[in-house]
Amino acid sequence: MTGAPLLDVRELTVRYPGRRRRSQPVLAVDRVSFEVRAGETLALVGESGCGKSSTAATVLQLRRPQGGEVRFEGVDLTTLDEPALRGLRPALQPVFQDPYGSLSPRLRIRDAIAEPLRVQGRWDPVTGPARVTELLDLVQLDHSLADRRPHELSGGQCQRVGIARALASEPRLLVLDEPVSALDPSIRAGVMNLLIDLQDELGLGYLFICHDLRLVHQVAHRIAVMQHGRIVESGDTDQIFTSPAAAYTQALLTAVPPLATPADDRPVPRAAPTPSGLPHDLGLRP
Amino acid sequence: MTALLEIRDLHVTVRGQGGEVPAVRGLSFQVDRGQILAVVGESGAGKSLTAQAVLGLLGPSVAMSGSVKFDGRELAGATQAAYRELRGRRLGFVPQDALSVLSPVHPVGEQLALAVRSVQGASRAAAWDVAVRALDRVGIPDASRRARVYPHEYSGGMRQRAVIAMAMVNQPDLIIADEPTTALDPRLQAQILGLLTGLRDESGTAVVLVTHDLAAVAGSADRVLIMYAGREVESGPVDRVLVTPRSPYAVGLLASLKPMPAATTRRLPAIAGAPPRPQSLPPGCAFAPRCPLAVDECRAIEPEPLLYDGRLVACHRAGDVPAAELAELYR
Repeated sequence: MTGAPLLDVRELTVRYPGRRRRSQPVLAVDRVSFEVRAGETLALVGESGCGKSSTAATVLQLRRPQGGEVRFEGVDLTTLDEPALRGLRPALQPVFQDPYGSLSPRLRIRDAIAEPLRVQGRWDPVTGPARVTELLDLVQLDHSLADRRPHELSGGQCQRVGIARALASEPRLLVLDEPVSALDPSIRAGVMNLLIDLQDELGLGYLFICHDLRLVHQVAHRIAVMQHGRIVESGDTDQIFTSPAAAYTQALLTAVPPLATPADDRPVPRAAPTPSGLPHDLGLRP
Repeated sequence: MTALLEIRDLHVTVRGQGGEVPAVRGLSFQVDRGQILAVVGESGAGKSLTAQAVLGLLGPSVAMSGSVKFDGRELAGATQAAYRELRGRRLGFVPQDALSVLSPVHPVGEQLALAVRSVQGASRAAAWDVAVRALDRVGIPDASRRARVYPHEYSGGMRQRAVIAMAMVNQPDLIIADEPTTALDPRLQAQILGLLTGLRDESGTAVVLVTHDLAAVAGSADRVLIMYAGREVESGPVDRVLVTPRSPYAVGLLASLKPMPAATTRRLPAIAGAPPRPQSLPPGCAFAPRCPLAVDECRAIEPEPLLYDGRLVACHRAGDVPAAELAELYR
């Protein structure tokens, strides 16, 4: 994780026009700077409306910023026109929150995975099918799913297809915008582990947009905390969690509901014990 | 004391193109006055259909059987007229999507005042006062002014507060909240859950909190009922079920929520596989194909909830696997 950063964002600024005539423009992202290195996960955390998704959209150049630089492998993407960007897009790919919404309901899974290659003009009818199979293996999906359509898949399987699509063009950076928050809890960890394994295997850089601080604590190398369009604090994950400096970060951390563990000897409030020690309000079935 | 809400052997079946899909399969539980019960499950676990069954909101292609008693009165088979007597009066409802219950063309205060007048027959002025007080109580700043504006002028968190105000404005005995915080970020989630517990503490309103977020339950519920594939997996006091879960499914869910001791790996403890589709349930225990402890019995016979260690657990292995071994399952 040394050397020049993969992604180097400097003084990024995004303004939206005000909703009414003559109202002030909204400053969604305010001079935000951060770096992501190869093989590293930077988590961007904050509440809804703090500007994290605007930042992600601007890094992907799906939205052009009003100021600042987005340097990807040394090239400032904000200075490139659309045709020049198209040459670089395969290298930085998004994974979105809604696994169904990001797949066409009409495409079979094998075609959904092949689509990015076709669009980029890199589809080879001879080697293509093998590449699709390889991508299915990479995201640990059974080959039999290739001929299904999205509605026949579970949310977790759809998200794996979304990841396979992102990987099809051999990217170096993934922008993960809440990639598991729409998934069922029991499959969230599996998809997250897949992303971690892929990172270790392929050396990908991740810009990880997430509001689940527990998840961030476990998987991110570094964290940047956003509030009102600005980064109020950033640093190594352990440092942010053990000694948050900004008052806002402290507030965010205390909003994480406490989860009692057997190791804790905290008294758990309420739920008074009954004399018998038995559950008193769930009818006991014989 | 009789329970406020008592459900016995509830079955909910959805008729679809591929035949009948069993979505809730023999669920029993009860809620006492002033108690907060969290019903936790993943999509397809049947938790929302259970909530709809209690509220009489099941659609025409959905059939239910079993007993749903509210304050001693049997609701199964009741007419919509009977439900209308209860909903909004004694039974409040907080849906996930606030905009689905707020009319876009009337100011929020008017909608609340209308609810008050239709139930309590108060004068316009008195009903307006009650509406403003309700908005104030759920923490909407400058309530008398905000009562005059439309839902689209509210932020997401304020809308969800307004819906809670709507659910509580006629002082119901029970509020059923179906994923009330799912669309909100963590700080708003904590505030909304705090609002529901505050309501219980002050007014003694019982709450059924339907959620897929086990972590949200920890700080707000008294009891928790964990569902999987339409059945109860484990239920009991929060301080037992969440601290020392006894069913492998609950152990797995909780493992992914707990911070790891000294992060030696970034990988998360994960449950293998995915939940079954209700139209193709495996034989025996529905969790068996994903369960690290499954034995032949699990794959053949569906377990019934039985009492272990102060909570109900539906697991054939609950009696013979020591707690220490359970805790190591997903390490």
